[in-house]
Amino acid sequence: MEKVTNRPDTTSSAAASRRSFLRVAGAAAVTGGLLTACSTADETSVQPTGSARAAGDVVTLPTGDVGILSFAYVLEQLEAAFYEMVVAKPFMGMSSSQKQILTDIGGHEIIHREFFRSVVGGMVPNLTFDFTGIDFNDKGSVLQAAADFELVGVGAYNGAGKYLKNATYLGLAGKIVSVEARHHSIIRELQYPRLDAFAGPTIVTSDTGLHKAYEPTYVLPIAQKFIKETISATALLASVS
Amino acid sequence: MNLQNIFSEIEKVDGEIFDRLAHVSRRGLFNSLTKKTIAIAAPAIMVSALNKSYGQALPQNVKDVLNFALALEYLEFNFYNIANNLTMIPTVYKEAFELIRRHEQVHVRLLKSVLGADAIAEPKFDYTAKGTFPDVFSNFQTFTAVSQTFEDTGVRAYKGQAPNLMNAPAILQVALQIHATEAAHAANVRQLRGQKGWITGGTAAMQGLPAVVNGNYAGEENTNGLTGLVGNAFKIPITMDMITESFDEPLTKEQVLALVAPFFA
Repeated sequence: MEKVTNRPDTTSSAAASRRSFLRVAGAAAVTGGLLTACSTADETSVQPTGSARAAGDVVTLPTGDVGILSFAYVLEQLEAAFYEMVVAKPFMGMSSSQKQILTDIGGHEIIHREFFRSVVGGMVPNLTFDFTGIDFNDKGSVLQAAADFELVGVGAYNGAGKYLKNATYLGLAGKIVSVEARHHSIIRELQYPRLDAFAGPTIVTSDTGLHKAYEPTYVLPIAQKFIKETISATALLASVS
Repeated sequence: MNLQNIFSEIEKVDGEIFDRLAHVSRRGLFNSLTKKTIAIAAPAIMVSALNKSYGQALPQNVKDVLNFALALEYLEFNFYNIANNLTMIPTVYKEAFELIRRHEQVHVRLLKSVLGADAIAEPKFDYTAKGTFPDVFSNFQTFTAVSQTFEDTGVRAYKGQAPNLMNAPAILQVALQIHATEAAHAANVRQLRGQKGWITGGTAAMQGLPAVVNGNYAGEENTNGLTGLVGNAFKIPITMDMITESFDEPLTKEQVLALVAPFFA
């Protein structure tokens, strides 16, 4: 299990929230996939089920390339919703430069979301989110959540690129992933200025210089924790493996 | 010979490059043999995995991409390797540039290891770009301007090659991971220069850079057909700047080689 964040490891609420953020992923990695487990009965259905959390919806991602793009759409919806909250409800002591950065990033994520909506919006609905656990009043909590979301985003695109069959789609994903990496670098700089936090050894592997790459099976349970609907990716994962 | 694949394209914009590189190339053949065992040590597991998946024979298109990447990584590594030994860099920024230097160094090692005997030799560089940046190693502002240009251009270069690696999924992923590392570097260098971490618009001036590097940012003004988002009722109002910032644009190998040619001695 990789530890996603970097020094300084503190006893602050930020560290605590980060640990809880990642706990779901660890459990899923061990059990072989939360999503597989929750979507046994009727995975192609969008009918209400007992285990779903918002209006009983199961959102089934399509297969193949459009499924990968839908997976990206889910993540961009999540990121956009997070920054909409951050900007609407600034943490205590947010400076004007911090507000500018977070507004810019939020704008970028909305643009990414709308871009994917134009491509796969007919296949994935607007999702509803639950950010319980993130203290939007607290700078440390917000920045740690932002760093985690961005890192998961970078890793998700890097891990999913190889599953795309269409070169145009791969090119488009490539245009977005580096912007997510820029976001992550800048958020980390806000957290720990003038150190190596922007690309230190827990972000970029020291002996290869490689940034994160996460398989969809790793990413989906992390995202699911914040999404009220149940995202079913069983068919997608089967189609790309 | 891969060296020729790479540098024949530089030659289109710099006719004398082969004369100047000839001795480097011959020497490099020996270097790649003698240094191979050392270079392989660090990322051995990854290289072994990558090579295994192709039975030691990388497709030629993949070798071409990796040698192109290696040329750019040599350019970056030597740049920081020289600069980091000078007193020019203020103490407060040393950690960042040392981290970046080490990443470029291991990128070189990784690419050389994957390419094995097919790796191009290390060229000689002129970081003044034929006199365009005469104080690149004595003026921190010039150094960081060139650094930002290298990093932003590196991002565009890797991005442009991703579709050429689709027949080698494991290597595509590695290239995407390096691409993200370059983006992390770029954002950090940009912010320490007082710029936004992301690229606004498509001119050098908009990145706080001299017009001589306009070509490195040409195309970044692409709105990807999304100008209609400006003025919509989103929770965060969308601006044209945000739209150009949201997408980093690729460059072709030919475009990149033309841009970096002045830095080859």
